Amino acid sequence: MQNKKNLQTDSVADYQKLVFPYRRTPDQDVTPPARHPVVVVGAGPVGLALAIDLAQQNIPVVLLDNDDRLSSGSRAICFAKRTLEIFERLGCGQRMLDKGVSWNVGKVFFRRQQVYSFDLLPEAGHQFPAFINLQQYYVEGYLAERAAELPLIDIRWKSAVSGLEQHADFARLTVTTPDGPYQLDAQYVAACDGSRSALRQLVGQESHGRTFKDRFLIADIKLKSGHSGIDLAAERWFWFDPEFHPNQSVLLHMQPDGVWRIDFQLGWDANPEEEKKPENIIPRVKALLGPEAQFELEWASVYTFSCLRMDSFRHGRVLFAGDSAHGVSPFGARGANSGVQDAENLAWKLAAVLQGRAGQALLNSYGGEREYAADENIRNSSRATDFITPKSAISRLFRDAVLELAKDHAFARTIVNSGRLSVPATLHQSPLNTLQADDFSGSMVPGAAAADAPVLWRGQADWLLRHLSTGCFTALVFGAVDSALDCLPDPGLTPLRVLHIAPAQGEAGAETLVDRDGLAALRYDAQPGTVVLLRPDQHVCARWRAPTVANVHQALERALALA
Amino acid sequence: MDALMQLNTEPNLQAPDDFYEALIDAHHDLSNEASQALNARLVLLLANHIGITSVLKQALDAARASAI
Repeated sequence: MQNKKNLQTDSVADYQKLVFPYRRTPDQDVTPPARHPVVVVGAGPVGLALAIDLAQQNIPVVLLDNDDRLSSGSRAICFAKRTLEIFERLGCGQRMLDKGVSWNVGKVFFRRQQVYSFDLLPEAGHQFPAFINLQQYYVEGYLAERAAELPLIDIRWKSAVSGLEQHADFARLTVTTPDGPYQLDAQYVAACDGSRSALRQLVGQESHGRTFKDRFLIADIKLKSGHSGIDLAAERWFWFDPEFHPNQSVLLHMQPDGVWRIDFQLGWDANPEEEKKPENIIPRVKALLGPEAQFELEWASVYTFSCLRMDSFRHGRVLFAGDSAHGVSPFGARGANSGVQDAENLAWKLAAVLQGRAGQALLNSYGGEREYAADENIRNSSRATDFITPKSAISRLFRDAVLELAKDHAFARTIVNSGRLSVPATLHQSPLNTLQADDFSGSMVPGAAAADAPVLWRGQADWLLRHLSTGCFTALVFGAVDSALDCLPDPGLTPLRVLHIAPAQGEAGAETLVDRDGLAALRYDAQPGTVVLLRPDQHVCARWRAPTVANVHQALERALALA
Repeated sequence: MDALMQLNTEPNLQAPDDFYEALIDAHHDLSNEASQALNARLVLLLANHIGITSVLKQALDAARASAI
């Protein structure tokens, strides 16, 4: 990217004003149409993450976007630990962490009182916090800059998909540009083109689910010289029925650059056009921050939402990821976060199929696994919404009773639901999992996203997840340096890396991770000889107390849907 | 006092969100009177399940305390 140096030092406005130039491509002048392995449609967080992941696995990608700008407004601001771990593997997680506002603590208020607070990441020993808040345009900007470093990614701005023909072994897209339309063939198309997905319409599909009859106002404000009537903090604050905004809910979040996100529930009868006017927003903000508060309005939006998904995330050669495939309410930050997890699930499977290491069954498992995850997100999101905005008098009565009891009684706090915040789905029923034969406890069951842990690498402090290579299965071998897996023959299926994790006290080879605080063994319930097999997307697919080489081979075949 | 004679207000629900959804669903489409009657029956069923007078009295006191 030409202006990279400036971009990294300049303020907010630059990312929002940035225009990416449309350029002609030789594909516009060839017949028959050029054929590409993968065309990704949509350069939002999901499409960019997918393109980078594929390029890092040596798959060339054409990335189409119908626009020439990044996200307009801050939009998705909460990026979860798992998403940051994925972004770190893609080369920009730490940069987002450095720029973002880290937070772990949430507070819940009912009317005038705080009823409780929670800590999402009460234990130490993780590279990333439970969440950072970061404007979507920074996330997209950092991903776009990372993508620009990868020669295998061909980003085409002002290129809208307007036609689709499905063939047995490819899809033909019509792409509309400022120079007119052209055709482009792809072995696979990834539709990451958002909630109003053009691709979804072109395959003749709709998402199904519930639309909530409620309206919400987002006001992003920038405080002048930090002046406010209340003591703000880098936490998530949620009010049920506060005096400054009676009978509705309010959510407050801190963003970088001195910006605060305030989300006001308005009710279904609110007029979106009226509510968007600054003269109507400013009194609402002053009711919260006090009459003396001095601020500028950065961005405002009135929105409604639905909890819904497509019946199937795969249609022939087209695979749907992110908002094109599923939608949730904002409570829980499960939109962009689940979309990035879709991308991670899809990337290694597409790479394995395109490189001849797996067949169509593996791609079909993308649909099964991520539809399951979408259902979990929709369930959590719908429940939070029903608690926040009760749909009947009796629902409201119970909601308020729970909040009243929560002040004094711990049990009621487990029922209070201001959003069950995004955690990765554990893919319990996945056909790629090898059923566990040995006795284990803990959360690292087959299907779980791998837990991080602090380690030492060549004497330096480091993190376990940073040692899992992109595009590669990893066997975590605990304790036993002379494991049988050391002489693991090339499985001929897919790259497998054996990663030894040695206890802090004991001998460690040069290529061994040292379990500095014993947290890796604790989190994986490992004993000497334990082996945990991780997929390229860092999900556990098998674990054993003392496997044979044949056990590992069978699990690999299963995880590639070859068995 | 025996722990069993003490009202437990620590988290004890196996799946709080599942329970809460089922509770609200049970009231779906009921009139206000019908909902109140459902709640009354529910209280009596749960009270019988608990059975211990001192625990029930503590629960009544805790519920009453929030109302005052």
